[in-house]
Amino acid sequence: MSAAGHISSLGPAEAELDGPPDPEGQKRGWSGYLLLLPGALWLLLFFVVPTVTLVATSLYDPSGSLQLGYQMTGHWQNYVDALRDYGPQFVRSLIYALIATIACIVLGFPLAYAIAFKAGRWKNLMLVAVIAPFFTSFLVRTLSWQYILGDNEALVSVLRALHVLGPEGYLLATPFAVVTGLTYNFLPFMVLPLYASLEKIDPRLIEAGTDLYASPFTTFRTVTLPLAMPGLVAGTLLTFIPAAGDYINSELLGNPRTRMIGNEIQDLFGAGDYPTAAALSVTLMAAIVVLVFVYVRRAGTEELV
Amino acid sequence: MNTFSRWVGDRLILVLGLLVLLYMFVPIFVVILMSFNAPGSRNSYTFNGFTLDNWLNLCEPYQLCSSLRTSIEIGLLATLVATLLGTLMAFAMVRHRFRGRSSANLFVFLPMATPEIVMGSSLLALFVNAGFAGALGFWTIFVAHVLFCLSFVVVTVKARLSGLDPRLEQAAADLYANEWQTFWRVSFPLVFPGILAAALLSFSLSFDDFIITNLNAGQEVTFPMFVWGANQRGIPPQINVVGTVMFTVALLVVLLGEMGSRRRAAR
Amino acid sequence: MGTDLQLTSVTKRFGTFTAVDDLDLTIPEGSFFALLGPSGCGKTTTLRMVAGLEEPTTGTIMLGEQDITRLKPYRRPVNTVFQSYALFPHLTIADNVAFGLKRQRRKDVASTVQEMLALVELEHLAKRRPAQLSGGQQQRVALARALINQPQVLLLDEPLGALDLKLRRQMQLELKSIQTEVGLTFVHVTHDQEEAMTMADTVAVMNEGRIEQLGSPEELYEAPATTFVANFLGQSNLVSGSVATTRGDALELDVQGARILAHAAHARVTSGEVWAGVRPEKVYLSGAGDDDGADVNTLGDGVVSDVSFVGVSTQYLVRMPWGQELTVFEQNTGARERFRPGDKVDLHWRPEHTFLLDASQDASAGAEVEDA
Repeated sequence: MSAAGHISSLGPAEAELDGPPDPEGQKRGWSGYLLLLPGALWLLLFFVVPTVTLVATSLYDPSGSLQLGYQMTGHWQNYVDALRDYGPQFVRSLIYALIATIACIVLGFPLAYAIAFKAGRWKNLMLVAVIAPFFTSFLVRTLSWQYILGDNEALVSVLRALHVLGPEGYLLATPFAVVTGLTYNFLPFMVLPLYASLEKIDPRLIEAGTDLYASPFTTFRTVTLPLAMPGLVAGTLLTFIPAAGDYINSELLGNPRTRMIGNEIQDLFGAGDYPTAAALSVTLMAAIVVLVFVYVRRAGTEELV
Repeated sequence: MNTFSRWVGDRLILVLGLLVLLYMFVPIFVVILMSFNAPGSRNSYTFNGFTLDNWLNLCEPYQLCSSLRTSIEIGLLATLVATLLGTLMAFAMVRHRFRGRSSANLFVFLPMATPEIVMGSSLLALFVNAGFAGALGFWTIFVAHVLFCLSFVVVTVKARLSGLDPRLEQAAADLYANEWQTFWRVSFPLVFPGILAAALLSFSLSFDDFIITNLNAGQEVTFPMFVWGANQRGIPPQINVVGTVMFTVALLVVLLGEMGSRRRAAR
Repeated sequence: MGTDLQLTSVTKRFGTFTAVDDLDLTIPEGSFFALLGPSGCGKTTTLRMVAGLEEPTTGTIMLGEQDITRLKPYRRPVNTVFQSYALFPHLTIADNVAFGLKRQRRKDVASTVQEMLALVELEHLAKRRPAQLSGGQQQRVALARALINQPQVLLLDEPLGALDLKLRRQMQLELKSIQTEVGLTFVHVTHDQEEAMTMADTVAVMNEGRIEQLGSPEELYEAPATTFVANFLGQSNLVSGSVATTRGDALELDVQGARILAHAAHARVTSGEVWAGVRPEKVYLSGAGDDDGADVNTLGDGVVSDVSFVGVSTQYLVRMPWGQELTVFEQNTGARERFRPGDKVDLHWRPEHTFLLDASQDASAGAEVEDA
């Protein structure tokens, strides 16, 4: 199989094999732990411990500094202050991420569907085409949007001529530009899991649906969509989560009024205000965990992990 | 009428898909075009005329090539370690039964579900609290990159491995191959494409990362950090050369892999 | 003696599930032995324990004088033809067949492989890969790959399951002739009773981790020991009755008011309540009241409720006065009268075709499980 095929299986994880009667090909005993150990240690030391440290840091006395050291005072006030000062950026991040995710679904579904069912022998080539842009530097790609959306460039001129934009209208340094950048950058993360789900659907099911319900729309709603659900859920998470924490698009394509929470966290760390930055990080993570939990519950897919 | 509407329906979805693909490629075309752009005004993103200067004088902008080298070094090292650790984990999770398998799955999934800014913050909090604030640099970046590549390796290799019929390994054991021979003669060759894909993915994730790196880099400058800095000062057209090369190399690797697997299938 | 395969009190549990329950089994050297049963009966687990792919929870497995119970699979002189073959997709046919010899560092690998491929008539495909072969060809490669090692026991796990019916018939005969030629012990696991009976000289019927009955195909068929065997191996009519008198080898029963004769040789119980059984093709029909001679068993006053024509025979369902429906297969010889639904009929069969089973068993055991 090709590299493209592999990366496309990134999204929905396969179902667990469990239960006693048929443990085909699985070994028992300590050897499993031994293989797991180095990676698990890395995750423990550099993911779990840091997360705990981050929570601790968010409770430090904010009057300390990097040079003088911080006091652990259980300072919950950090959260109140952070949310008071950075509430708008917070809400903005979630809204931008939400719009970008919806845009990714709207753009990604036809593409994934076309690759899965209509591409024929061009299937692998189209998959390669989906991941190829992803291998070009994130920052360089985003900078090229600066050019495409630029005030003196073709796109803006055409839109002005068509009166979609006013004579002084512009695209760069607007929320639209930021969301466009987010959508663009995270689109492959939507397309690949969606494709992986759609590809598993037997085309005969869709034919049977057309046969039984006649309307293509009903077939889509009652057959295709439910079967594509695991991919859609995975794609939504893989798009929404990084988009909500991103600050590159906002910085390169936006203006001071499009700042997202990522910009603030980065700047606070840069300025040495660790407790506030940590409090914002923890809040962001908590918000995402809650949203993901609610979303996965409602989408009814729990075999995600 | 019915056949006609079906014909249109079939083509329509394909055309829509191709349009979306085109959208994905527009910025790439711009990058390639701009790599041949003659320097003109202050803004390098205005096409002034064709030149090869950017390609010939790649290292001219201060720090561009040294940052590239740093990114490649970190990328290779992090890929090596993440691929090794991740492959071992994937084998454990698919081929071994042990207590806490489902928590191990969750444990691997979580880093992928963590926004980069949060993961970067956590690592920075750890390094600073552990007294490494002054030692941020190459090795802290390396640690961070292995961390976020690891989960992607596990998931990619696991997908390949769980598609592998366990009876093949049992057949090898039945045919007098011991554990070591079974691994090298059967499991490894069959999972190798997955491992290779995981390594390529790791390298590109590492090479491309900015948010986590930026928080934990200290004085070290990677290529994405160079681009970020350049954006404040004025962007040298050479970064588009790097973008073009990365794109071409990735495309070639993937296409070669594709051709290789096709040739194997045909043989 | 020799290298018989001997399982003694073998039990295998997966958690709380008992797959194989205190199994005792001896498979003589050189025999073609079939383990037959529905899925989940423990036959594959038994095979895998012999191969070394599972370890018994308790009990021992001996091969001749050698205890192989806890030996690693690659240390046993036992090879397996896997279900769906498990051919190595990345190796050529020749390399697949050579795999076992190379691991054992044997000499003359190439020429031995040539000979083996000749035996299964696949020399011309040596350089191909498994994916380029048809199902039947893959099946032969799997066989060659195992046989080339000259194992003391060859295990076959549903080896023909993936083939279509016609090819399966052909391979059944081929396997049988190869076994005769090489003279190795073959242990064949299958859920297909016809396959087991065609190929094996001894069949063990397994159910819920135990062996229900072991014997030649003919013994199992003509004198089933349990209702499970009676229903799983072919079909049976089981009618409840009781033993009235015993005269030497002859038993006289009272079955729903009728006098039915049976032979002691085919009786698992010789007194009290019994299931009296007879195979549908042993029964023939006559119009109600037409006497068919004194020496046959007769159950009267049935009404034909269904007739299906299946080419070689006609299958009747006959509803009896006590409500039970019995099955009758009549050969389409043209010499026998044909009946229609609603016709009143009597059922007749020869006394030696009656078999008697313990009445405490469930009469429908083994009837519901299907052979896919």
